[in-house]
Amino acid sequence: MLSIKNIHANVEGKEILKGINLEIKPGEVHAIMGPNGSGKSTLASVLAGREEYEVTEGEVLFSGKDLLELSIEDRAREGLFLAFQYPVEIPGVSTTNFIKAAVNEKRKYQGLEPLDAVSFLKMMKEKMAMVEIGQSLLSRSINEGFSGGEKKRNEIFQMAMLEPKLAILDETDSGLDIDALRIVANGINKLRTPDRSILLITHYQRLLDYIQPDYVHVLYKGRIVKSGTKELALELEEKGYDFITESIDQSANV
Amino acid sequence: MKEDLNLLEQAAHNDYKYGFVTNIDTDTIPKGLSEAVIELISKKKNEPEWMLKWRLKAYAHWLKMEEPTWPNVKYPPINYQDIIYYAAPKKKEQLNSLDEVDPELLRTFEKLGISLDEQKRLSGVAVDVVMDSVSIATSFKEQLSEIGVIFCSISEAIQQHPELVKKYLGSVVPMTDNYFSALNSAVFTDGSFCYIPKGVRCPMELSTYFRINAENSGQFERTLIIAEDESYVSYLEGCTAPMRDENQLHAAVVELVAMEKAEIKYSTVQNWYPGDKNGQGGIYNFVTKRGICAGNHSKISWTQVETGSAITWKYPSVILKGDYSIGEFYSVAFTNHHQQADTGTKMIHLGKNTRSRIVAKGISAGQSNNSYRGLVRASKQATNARNYSQCDSLLLGDQCGAHTFPYIEVKNKTAIVEHEATTSKIGEDQLFYCRQRGIDAEAAVALIVNGFAKEVMNQLPMEFAIEAQKLLAISMEGSVG
Ligand SMILES: Nc1ncnc2c1ncn2[C@@H]1O[C@H](COP(=O)(O)OP(=O)(O)OP(=O)(O)O)[C@@H](O)[C@H]1O
Ligand SMILES: [Mg+2]
Repeated sequence: MLSIKNIHANVEGKEILKGINLEIKPGEVHAIMGPNGSGKSTLASVLAGREEYEVTEGEVLFSGKDLLELSIEDRAREGLFLAFQYPVEIPGVSTTNFIKAAVNEKRKYQGLEPLDAVSFLKMMKEKMAMVEIGQSLLSRSINEGFSGGEKKRNEIFQMAMLEPKLAILDETDSGLDIDALRIVANGINKLRTPDRSILLITHYQRLLDYIQPDYVHVLYKGRIVKSGTKELALELEEKGYDFITESIDQSANV
Repeated sequence: MKEDLNLLEQAAHNDYKYGFVTNIDTDTIPKGLSEAVIELISKKKNEPEWMLKWRLKAYAHWLKMEEPTWPNVKYPPINYQDIIYYAAPKKKEQLNSLDEVDPELLRTFEKLGISLDEQKRLSGVAVDVVMDSVSIATSFKEQLSEIGVIFCSISEAIQQHPELVKKYLGSVVPMTDNYFSALNSAVFTDGSFCYIPKGVRCPMELSTYFRINAENSGQFERTLIIAEDESYVSYLEGCTAPMRDENQLHAAVVELVAMEKAEIKYSTVQNWYPGDKNGQGGIYNFVTKRGICAGNHSKISWTQVETGSAITWKYPSVILKGDYSIGEFYSVAFTNHHQQADTGTKMIHLGKNTRSRIVAKGISAGQSNNSYRGLVRASKQATNARNYSQCDSLLLGDQCGAHTFPYIEVKNKTAIVEHEATTSKIGEDQLFYCRQRGIDAEAAVALIVNGFAKEVMNQLPMEFAIEAQKLLAISMEGSVG
């Protein structure tokens, strides 16, 4: 599904990602953890194609295609979805119309006709139930005046509508209360399929209680410094990052 | 955004779809302006003596006036002797039905998306078409006249309804009002006339379509709408012009009169040729539009979507004379490349408990300049007058400008005037968000801009709202990468 090989990336001339390697197979859930500023969102942005991040080295294959050659919108249409850490507000554009535009752009790319109003509504209803989101939110302008939790839920709803091959969820759990966390996690679990891969960026073990990852990686200073199974997340919760980072910082000083 | 800006510069192509010229025999008079020219125009139109006198009086005023310099726009001096003041497609003596209209003309209007064929016409819209200096055809005239609605060209009204024209022409915009209204009063050639009798709700949209075709000509149209007590009318005007290297002058005057409990809704989709990407050519759109809420509880509402013209200079205004009368102004002005717009409104509160609402949205791209200029005046007698104004500007790129000039004059202590203004830029984050969902940059900008303009677009009659949205999207093509 996704194969990241030795990715280095700069922003404003500063190297943030310093050689990332990661292999994600269809249906797998990978969690990425790591201290603030370690480069997690940067990795997500690089994969989504954000232009101010310059990839200086390495390659990424996505479903066999050279991901870095594709435009932002084509990556999305190929099935890469990013749930933003900070979703933006777009005044005056209704969430429903926005999603409709997105769904139809993707269909056009796949050579399909746009969805007619009836099928679109049916699909909306189905997915709304899945992620437990209300109609009133969707008729409002995208994210405008949404609470933090509503924004995150709206991201997951869009994921449900766009049915991506790979979903990157950047701290979708942060800012959620206990109930919202459960709802969002349930939604994500329902969206788990044998051929959909998920990359979860999170700081908290509690999300991983709901969504059991196949692998957990620790990102530190632009590198994946440790990988393991879900037990690694528990260990991190208990001991903090120090037990990993100290040894790395020491060896860096040698 | 840097990348987008570069694309913006590269992709600054122009996509004006209405820029074609119709090859048709045109009856034109020589360039230049003088009493003799005015006499000639009046004669060609077979006008009564009083009309000619009125024109000559206006001309005498105009000669004493000076072109205004206060708008925030720049253009080389206009040579008024270098303009053709009358150009008309040659036609047979008297048209009895649309079948007699030159097929070339019909094709032109088909191309512009306006079908004059009454059968094929969208139900519920009557159209008057003005090409260069004359009205070509008016549809649905008979059905309208059955309920007493007069909808015809102003030339015809001068012949058929002189008492109404004499009474109201110049009553809202006096010929001496400003430089361009004086010029228009002297040389106006055609335009629309609507009269809605007492108690009649006009059952269809009335619309006029203006087209400049001839070279070196100016268009000076004159529109007069009168709504008697308890009547209602919704009127829409649209306009286009061929792409030409020289600038062409369009100086119109529109007057609206709303009597007691009458309502006039006036919508404009202005798409005159804006000039090319280097600022060559395009229409100078210098227009005076004003309505008077003459009766108590009357209402006038202006809605405009301005995407065309090299320079736009217009302030559709409402004089709120009747007590409890309402004035509204909803505007979207989009400027690209080197376009300049100085537009806004004037709300003059004279009556008690009068209310006005202004929603102005300016969108600037390229190297364009977009100014909102608005005056809200509450006179001494305007007890409890209320105004709410909101002016929002959206910038696409960093070489364009947005300016707001609100003027407020309040002479009555009970009046309340509120003004809010915002300026924003299409954010890189917004674009990235849309693109990450598979919506390309151009479509994303159109989406964001239409969202920004939505409150105003919602005021347009349904079928025109869709047109206007498309128009906005087309005008923006190539403005962001
Ligand atoms: N556009 C940018 N301009 C300058 N520096 C940036 C930019 N984007 C990221 N950085 C820097 O890159 C580093 C990594 O940032 P990133 O957002 O990827 O961290 P993160 O791991 O997602 O952190 P958090 O857990 O706080 O979300 C930080 O030092 C950040 O300041
Ligand atoms: Mg982050």
